[in-house]
Amino acid sequence: MGALISSFIAGLIFGVGLLVSGMANPAKVLGFLDLAGAWDPSLALVMGGAIGVASVAFAFIIRRGRTLSGAPLQLPTATQIDRRLVVGSLMFGVGWGLAGFCPGPAIVAVGLMQTKAVIFTLAMLAGMAIFEWLDARRAAAIRGR
Amino acid sequence: MTIDWVSFTPWAALSGGLLIGSAAAVFLLFNGRIAGISGVIGGLLKPSAGGIGWRIAFAAGLLAAPLLYRASVGMPDIRIDAGTPLLIAAGLIVGIGTRYGSGCTSGHGVCGLSRLSTRSMVAVPVFMMAGFATVYVVRHLLPLSGA
Repeated sequence: MGALISSFIAGLIFGVGLLVSGMANPAKVLGFLDLAGAWDPSLALVMGGAIGVASVAFAFIIRRGRTLSGAPLQLPTATQIDRRLVVGSLMFGVGWGLAGFCPGPAIVAVGLMQTKAVIFTLAMLAGMAIFEWLDARRAAAIRGR
Repeated sequence: MTIDWVSFTPWAALSGGLLIGSAAAVFLLFNGRIAGISGVIGGLLKPSAGGIGWRIAFAAGLLAAPLLYRASVGMPDIRIDAGTPLLIAAGLIVGIGTRYGSGCTSGHGVCGLSRLSTRSMVAVPVFMMAGFATVYVVRHLLPLSGA
């Protein structure tokens, strides 16, 4: 139960942060990505502020090695720079630039009952499901080899 | 390059960023996990991804955020110019790409860079450059773009 409450609160603070910062507004995101137009540098400060807090907090928590209740941390273990990382990130950047939405802000905008955000989010979930399907097929093909 | 000083909101951006960073810290300290939205949400579509309760709780928090914001600050300014076909195409690409690349602006951008992940140090410049290039093409090269 505690894990559900802290997860909800983390999501809530995260979402409010996206709204306060302007990240949840695709027009503002595109204003940041449009270097050749009238450039709005705000989002660099969003990243700077977020990384400023998280890097200090993470350093303490990772050194501690456990959650507050003593459970082990579940950090990503992959270290390899592979094609999946680069191609996937490239795709994400293109999609981000097309509509101005990345996953977090899209879900927050769904909470505002924005029809366009719902359309984007459903397509995004479909994309994630397509990935899972392709990934499962790939894994099966590797096993069958 | 010209800076759009009218749209530039440094204090809101910085304080929003501090909240986002704090949320990531809360999530790691209490749940022991990285607050990467594409991973949290994408895991809902993967049967073996280790629990769905906390994923739904996190998503519920994101969905509830606008209600809290509206009650305390007011209606947030959200403008979505893209039409339906573009939104569908962009959504599909973001969905596949973030899962294929194991992260998005939050997982790689905020959390990955904060814990000095080498993979994130590659992923972030790649998706930033792709985002800059895409907006350049759509806004400045394609004759169809009005905005």
